[in-house]
Amino acid sequence: MRFSEEFETRFADMLTHYPTKRSALVPTLLYAQDEIGSLSDEVIQELAQRLELTELEVRNVISYYSMLTTKPRGKYNVQVCTNIACMLRGGEELLDHCKKKLGIGHQGTTQDGLFSLEEVECIGACSWAPAAQVNYDFHENLTNTKMDQILDNYKKKGTQ
Amino acid sequence: MADVNLIVDGKKITAPAGALLIEACKNVGIEVPSFCYYPGLSLQGACRMCVVKVEKMPKLQTACTTTVTEGMIVATDSDEVRQARKAMVELLLGNHPLDCPVCDAGGECELQDMAFSYGAAESKFMEAKNHKEEQQWSPVVYFDRPRCILCYRCVRVCGEGMDVWALGVQNRGVSSIIAPNQEDHLDCEECGMCIDICPVGALTSGAYRYKTRPWEMNHVSTICTHCGDGCKTTLGVRQCDTGTEIVRGDNRDKSGINNDFLCIKGRYAFDFAYHKERLTQPLIRKNGKLTPATWEEAFERIGKRFREVRDQDGGGAIGVIGSNRTTNEENYLLSKFARVVLKTNNVDHHRTADYPALAAALHGKPGKTASMRDVLTAPAILLIGNDPTNQHPLLAWQIRTNVRLRRAKLYVINSAPIKLRRQAAGFGLVPAGAEAKAVAFLAGDDSLLDSLADSKIADGLTRDAWIALRETIRAEQNMVIAFGSELRAQDIEKLAGFASTLTGAKLICLGDYSNSRGASEMGIYPDLLPGYEPVTPADKFQKEWGNLPTEKGLSLLEMMDAAKAGTLKALYVVGSNPVGRLGIDPFVLSKSFVVVQDMFLTETANIADVVLPAANAYEKTGTYTNTCGDLQLVKKAGEVSNTKPDFEMIVRIADAMGSDVSGLVPFGSGTHSDMGQTRGAQSGEADRHAVWLEAHNLEPKMTPFDPMAILDEIQRLVAGYDVSRVNLLAGNDQHLEIAASGASSFQDPVLIVPANDNLFSSGTLGRYSKTLNSVYENKSAVPEVAAD
Repeated sequence: MRFSEEFETRFADMLTHYPTKRSALVPTLLYAQDEIGSLSDEVIQELAQRLELTELEVRNVISYYSMLTTKPRGKYNVQVCTNIACMLRGGEELLDHCKKKLGIGHQGTTQDGLFSLEEVECIGACSWAPAAQVNYDFHENLTNTKMDQILDNYKKKGTQ
Repeated sequence: MADVNLIVDGKKITAPAGALLIEACKNVGIEVPSFCYYPGLSLQGACRMCVVKVEKMPKLQTACTTTVTEGMIVATDSDEVRQARKAMVELLLGNHPLDCPVCDAGGECELQDMAFSYGAAESKFMEAKNHKEEQQWSPVVYFDRPRCILCYRCVRVCGEGMDVWALGVQNRGVSSIIAPNQEDHLDCEECGMCIDICPVGALTSGAYRYKTRPWEMNHVSTICTHCGDGCKTTLGVRQCDTGTEIVRGDNRDKSGINNDFLCIKGRYAFDFAYHKERLTQPLIRKNGKLTPATWEEAFERIGKRFREVRDQDGGGAIGVIGSNRTTNEENYLLSKFARVVLKTNNVDHHRTADYPALAAALHGKPGKTASMRDVLTAPAILLIGNDPTNQHPLLAWQIRTNVRLRRAKLYVINSAPIKLRRQAAGFGLVPAGAEAKAVAFLAGDDSLLDSLADSKIADGLTRDAWIALRETIRAEQNMVIAFGSELRAQDIEKLAGFASTLTGAKLICLGDYSNSRGASEMGIYPDLLPGYEPVTPADKFQKEWGNLPTEKGLSLLEMMDAAKAGTLKALYVVGSNPVGRLGIDPFVLSKSFVVVQDMFLTETANIADVVLPAANAYEKTGTYTNTCGDLQLVKKAGEVSNTKPDFEMIVRIADAMGSDVSGLVPFGSGTHSDMGQTRGAQSGEADRHAVWLEAHNLEPKMTPFDPMAILDEIQRLVAGYDVSRVNLLAGNDQHLEIAASGASSFQDPVLIVPANDNLFSSGTLGRYSKTLNSVYENKSAVPEVAAD
């Protein structure tokens, strides 16, 4: 299992932040997922060995956090907030619209592997509700039309 | 630290500073209920059942995580507390199936007890219960997910207790589940601790599930018949067609040296008794074929032939092989029978450790051996050779627990990176067979340093590291030193010499099988009588037993040579399988008259002239001495009809030979004996046995088949065995003093053949256990033990 140099630098740095190796697990998982796309068996095996944990322990932690996944996601993970502020401003309708447009449900991935869709809890953008997050980018004050545009842009970007 | 004073439910109590409130309450008889708290395991605070009201604290506190403080005022049973607990039970019952009538835990379920105590008869939940099918995680572990109350006891005992870490918790909140390490199954040591510790019926055992209700069993606590650690196992028994059947083994009452620990063998491997090949009829060879016969026929045949050989060819033409699994009484009786009735010193057994060397090294030096309990409390432990995780699971458990809870220092010297290395403060990897060199080095022989610090040993220590390790070990006080069969004869003497230079060091010699130490101490040797008394001059036993042969007899291998040469006319094998276990060519015995007492038609029984169906250790009464020298009572639990204990068979053979049985087993004569009061020329010799019984307030035994009669004689005659009978009968273990034994001489180290059993094998016995075999088949990756 090989990671990028950038990952290795971050990982080495991360180990110096904690008194015990195992404490670096959560950030390391996140970096690995960002790089590989998901936490495959291979990744789990490698990180367990590096942090002196059992694979079971690594899986336990992954299963606890909803942002960590063992299944491959689409290139763009569309996370639509339906928590209270967004819900009042049409978040649920926005989610329904995305489902229809992408033809997938909650935690589904499009056939072309470009998009995944997820209904998420508060992403901290209540002032600009309804909001959605695509990978690490925020999109705010959304309407169906605006959402279409955003998705189309990603599609263009992704198929170039 | 000083004790602190606090008030619980209006009662003034004191508890050591730093004690947990739940323990302080328990010690004065106030029960605080809890699911997740378990003594010895890390604190979880998950179940919230142990909440109590502590004055001046805003909310209810969990007694399992609160330490006692001076002046604390606690209420454990107020309305508020009861209300909170009731609500917890209600929540737990929210998704718990009400299948108690068919649940294995029904009747001994902690959740059931709590529902009974706090009466959560109503539920506000209207939703359908979330059902999941039960899963089989291994041949012995089943998981019924909806029954789980997420106390995490199983996760902790598997990880912290066993150091296996095969169980974990996945997901979060209400969807949390206990998960095995291999997605849908377990890859573990199959000890069953998770099942044992489960407060409900979420984890159940393949061996016991759906077989019986807990209240339909009787319970007998006896000693495990597998390895030499001497764990106490409480067997659940019930009547069946063929006698009394054992259906369950555990040690839930935490009696015995093992507390609640048992490995797979102690917990499940009692099933060999019900194997379809179990012998329940004597067999006599007629026209070259073993044919069923009556007991009378069999005993008559044996008695006649043994007498013929003894009278015509002398006792030297008869050989006797004893067992590592029969009781002390049976071994003592066999040793006595061989010398007194058969007139032979050709007595031996499958040796797995050099106990005589330990006895010789410690002769006259009392207090130098450690008990199994000492391993749990010693500040330091040195382990030389052996792999306790596989061969001595309880010893490994004691070591791990001691390191974890008391921060004991463990030092390991081994030729393999054994699992206990993970607990070790120091680990010295040596080349295979160089354990003795390491001992010599510890004792100060620096000339061996080069071979130990060989750079060719991967992961080996450097010269400086070896010297540093030696310095650390030498500085330890009250250390327990456990060593395997890698050390024999002079090596043990050297180690004992080294130990005597340390402050308070104590030794443990590790041998295989449940009573190999007992076989040693009862004199199943060609040159040693009970208590390691040499056969010459043997004054004590000449006086007690009568005229004994004084020539050193033949060892097991010499007996086989004699058989080959045609000079060993008869061989009496009790509970042993030398052909199968020691690779003896069965053809060697073709000219001898061979009698075998065993449960199965083993490789040895197969070539015998007479085979007698024996009862196993779970089916008889007596005592066992574990590998540390702890004496414990073995109690009869099961019964298979038409088998006999080896004890009775030895007596009946002696009788069939026409010898006086009362000279063999002291019974019945107590009330008429001369108690030693009469004096003068006319007086008979005092009946020393009767005098001893009288002095120890013991009754004379009424039948020659009562093993307790021989226990009386053992306690009277075998050095070190004179421990409290009351304590023994109460089921307590008592450490024996080896220092009082006779000064035995060194044995030929070649005669020691370690069993090399692992967690899932147990000599010949293991082959007949369905559970052990099913685990083996399940673990395809584990290599098969060679030819058993």
